[in-house]
Amino acid sequence: MLMKGTAARMGVMKRVSLVFKAKANKALDKMEDPRETLDYSYQRQLELLTKVRRGVADVATSRKRVELQMNQLQQQANKLQDQARKALSMGREDLAREALGRKSSAQSQLDDLQTQYAQLQGEEEKLTLASQRLQARVDAFRTRKETIKATYTAAEAQTRINEAFSGISEEMGDVGMAIQRAEDKTAQMQARAGAIDELMASGALDDAVGGKRDDIQSELDMMSASSDVERELAMLKGELTASAPKQLEGSAANGGSQNAQQAPPAQQQGPYAPPAPQQYAPPQVQQGQQDQQGQPPTEQVQQAQPAGLPVSDLPGLADEPQDGDRS
Amino acid sequence: MIVRILGEGQFRVDDSVAAELNKLDIELEAAVEHGDQAAFSTALTDLLATIRAQGSPLPPDILEPSELILPHQDSSMDEVRKLLTDEGLIPG
Repeated sequence: MLMKGTAARMGVMKRVSLVFKAKANKALDKMEDPRETLDYSYQRQLELLTKVRRGVADVATSRKRVELQMNQLQQQANKLQDQARKALSMGREDLAREALGRKSSAQSQLDDLQTQYAQLQGEEEKLTLASQRLQARVDAFRTRKETIKATYTAAEAQTRINEAFSGISEEMGDVGMAIQRAEDKTAQMQARAGAIDELMASGALDDAVGGKRDDIQSELDMMSASSDVERELAMLKGELTASAPKQLEGSAANGGSQNAQQAPPAQQQGPYAPPAPQQYAPPQVQQGQQDQQGQPPTEQVQQAQPAGLPVSDLPGLADEPQDGDRS
Repeated sequence: MIVRILGEGQFRVDDSVAAELNKLDIELEAAVEHGDQAAFSTALTDLLATIRAQGSPLPPDILEPSELILPHQDSSMDEVRKLLTDEGLIPG
């Protein structure tokens, strides 16, 4: 546009400075009494100062929001990492793989936010400095304005007013652009933050592979809930066998446990004793001694280190009730 | 000579640096004219570095217009083009 043509090269710097000066002169020309210009300009400066301070606060708010989101994403990534570890320890490499996939997706969102966070921080710093510079200039202008008004007639004042005015007007133009840039960045960031919030709310971020929300956790929970039940059951049985003679064992197990059908009464041991438990490592829990005497409690199956088992065996153990095992 | 870097403030630069600045500035202008992004970035970075190295920041209580005004560090070519028109980026 302006660059085209045969005009001798002036350079960008000179041209920009002329544009600023033209702007200042246009504003000056509108004033009848040059001294009015001083007061009018001073009002504008104060307004701009307010605006730039608000700008600093807006950028800071936006930055904090991003910070919050980064924390949430970090927690998400940590949680997925834990899930992967847990899934792997339960022999579920498939689940672990999925958790790690989602973690890497959360991580890449996080990296992206970090870059933008740094930009916002830079914007905030620049704007803070700009606000300080403007404040100093506005103070200088006020002093100059009072001196000019007290010392010179309208006619004499013109040149000095022009100097002061173009000085401050350049500063105001600069700060005005800085505010505009910061507002643009903040708006972009807000839009982005809003989109990530929506993503998080919809569960899409922790659902990179396409299952339902946090199905990894529910599967892990299911596995560990069922092994908790088994552990407690085993503990109860342990207490009973330790404190009471054998005949009590059966009735207690039948009546007291919600999983009664899984706990074979002592007298049923014979027919029910399956050969299976021997292939599993004995559980480390204290009732181990009792169990070893031929009573094959199913909790051994549940508590056995799944690492030794084929992965495909696990869901069955976790999901199906014990009587299924026995039939 | 007073030079402003937009978004950064004003610097007082010795007149002896003017020739170097002008040379870089002409390169910058040509780059904008030809839409040459690489040349634009190089010229702008060099210009700003020269001013920062050779100039001293103007005290904030001095009210003087700048003889030369430079776009800020992260300016795009498009922003610079707009700066060169009077209805461009400067508010008010």
